[in-house]
Amino acid sequence: MSGAPRDAVEGAGRRRRRRGRGEQAVVPDAEFASYYGRPILKRPRWRPLDIAGYLALGGLAGASSLLAAGADATARPALARTAKLGAAGAISLSLAALVHDLGRPSRFLNMLRVVKPTSPMNLGSWLLAGYAPLTMAAAAADVAGRYRAVGAAATASAAALGPAVATYTAVLVSDTAVPAWHGGRRDLPFVFAGSGATAAAGLALVAAPGEETGPARRMAVLGAVLELGAFQLMKRRLGLVAEPYEEGRPRAMLRAAEALTAGGAALAVCAGRRGRARAVLAGTALLAGSTAMRLAVFHAGVASAEDPKYTVVPQRERLEARSRDGDGRP
Amino acid sequence: MTDDIARAAGHTDPPPRMGFFTDTSVCIGCKACEVACKEWNAIPEDGLELTGMSYDNTQGLGADTWRHVAFVEQRRPLGGAASGAGDVDVFDAARDLAPAPGNGELRWLMSSDVCKHCTRAACLDVCPTGSLFRTEFGTVVVQEDICNGCGYCVTACPYGVIDQRPGDGRAWKCTLCYDRLGVGMEPACAKSCPTDSIQFGPLEELRERAADRVAQLRAAGVDDARLYGEDPEDGVGGDGAFFLLLDEPEVYGLPPDPVVSTRDLPTMWRHAAAAAASLAALAVVSFAGRPR
Ligand code: SF4
Ligand code: SF4
Repeated sequence: MSGAPRDAVEGAGRRRRRRGRGEQAVVPDAEFASYYGRPILKRPRWRPLDIAGYLALGGLAGASSLLAAGADATARPALARTAKLGAAGAISLSLAALVHDLGRPSRFLNMLRVVKPTSPMNLGSWLLAGYAPLTMAAAAADVAGRYRAVGAAATASAAALGPAVATYTAVLVSDTAVPAWHGGRRDLPFVFAGSGATAAAGLALVAAPGEETGPARRMAVLGAVLELGAFQLMKRRLGLVAEPYEEGRPRAMLRAAEALTAGGAALAVCAGRRGRARAVLAGTALLAGSTAMRLAVFHAGVASAEDPKYTVVPQRERLEARSRDGDGRP
Repeated sequence: MTDDIARAAGHTDPPPRMGFFTDTSVCIGCKACEVACKEWNAIPEDGLELTGMSYDNTQGLGADTWRHVAFVEQRRPLGGAASGAGDVDVFDAARDLAPAPGNGELRWLMSSDVCKHCTRAACLDVCPTGSLFRTEFGTVVVQEDICNGCGYCVTACPYGVIDQRPGDGRAWKCTLCYDRLGVGMEPACAKSCPTDSIQFGPLEELRERAADRVAQLRAAGVDDARLYGEDPEDGVGGDGAFFLLLDEPEVYGLPPDPVVSTRDLPTMWRHAAAAAASLAALAVVSFAGRPR
């Protein structure tokens, strides 16, 4: 069925696309048919700040829980308190952002009326329902200085759930028809894991004293390497669908994320144990970089849903590959 | 069998799976289906807009449009007529218009689009509240008293069908007239279609009818005729509402090879687990370094 292209009047037929701003072509311009250039997919209705915030704060919380447990284990009380308060605060704000984004916020608890393994948002809600109280118990016990056993158990349990909290959101956005998100399903969890680590390290650098933040500085560097490395892999794998990352708003966000994360990690190492101002600057950059990365991913996904090219061309290629391999359908 | 989905969803002794076969080769673009759907389901008005692109001012499916008639106008560009607007030899132009062997004529494609009621429905899979459910007829329906407007279904549907209604916040789409089916009536759109372009019935029967119709059209020389969404082996396990099209699906605004995103869930969770393990390892390494 992929025979000779038929000509058609404007729109309802093949069209060529320009690429923005003289960017290097990742893939040659694709020719494809569409219905008057209209998108095939619906634009995600999620609000950028709510959902990017929900993703970023979840990452910050999950990785902070790891820092908190590590700080407890290595007798770094100030780092522990920062990380515990950070985890509890971030996960509360993350939940608030999620509820705020609902069309019917008062029905939030309907998320917990079923257990549904096919829905990452459902499983995520159950995960948060277990995790959020643990972070609060851990923080409360630390601040109160009492109930040490309960606090230690809560800290350890939160740390056990933390990595899942930081990464399940990647599955949540990948399990959609949005080309740039679904196409990134293998690498996005690693991007989010790294981004969560840099954010948690950033918060620790801002709020904890320099003698205790050695692990946070190392976490910043490792997290930045993981995040930016996985992102490059993802872009390569996305092929044509990586284009939205090189245009308009997602591009600006991505450049900011790369500069802030790499710069923040480098500065964190330079800051050392003294240099309070530098540590605060580095931490702020890391937090901002992590947020910018989630915004870049969010906006690139929306852009990939809004242009029928990213829906049609990869699907056409898939069909052609399949008919070349002779397995049946046109 | 894909048609046992109602049983798989927990219905004991369900009726046969019901669906739509939309034969676009006889659609005349009258939009009776759009109107009947809006009327029966009491869907609110969602703005009157002239698009200027064709007779299609509805533009697409959405929270307040559950049937949408697409209009596609196609022809070969007229080589000579493109130059100098004021000074066209109408006889020459007319000669150019004469059907060239193969395809030269102007043609209209009209197609009434609708929710596909997928065998493997992404919207239903991802819905965190259980608001979306599989009916005993094998169709996919939103329960409006449960939907909390999370919008996940909107991003998951590979056809861009379901959407959130502004102001209301909840997700809405075609119910395949669940209320009418319950009392043995056919859906409003099929009832109102004057050419029987929209056919309603047990899916098995519709598939047979569709195969006959394609064979008939091809025998009559309509080589472009093809079925869309009828194959139970496709990326969504086949559609409960499928189509006979006269061009590539994307020309009508349909995805050429849709896939239900949850098909890849095991891969996604595996990668997320690996990423979570890396994050934990990264933290351990951060603390294992020099003590300072
Ligand atoms: S077409 Fe979209 S809205 Fe309809 S059942 Fe399939 S996934 Fe759901
Ligand atoms: S918007 Fe409503 S129907 Fe759609 S996934 Fe969320 S709860 Fe389910």
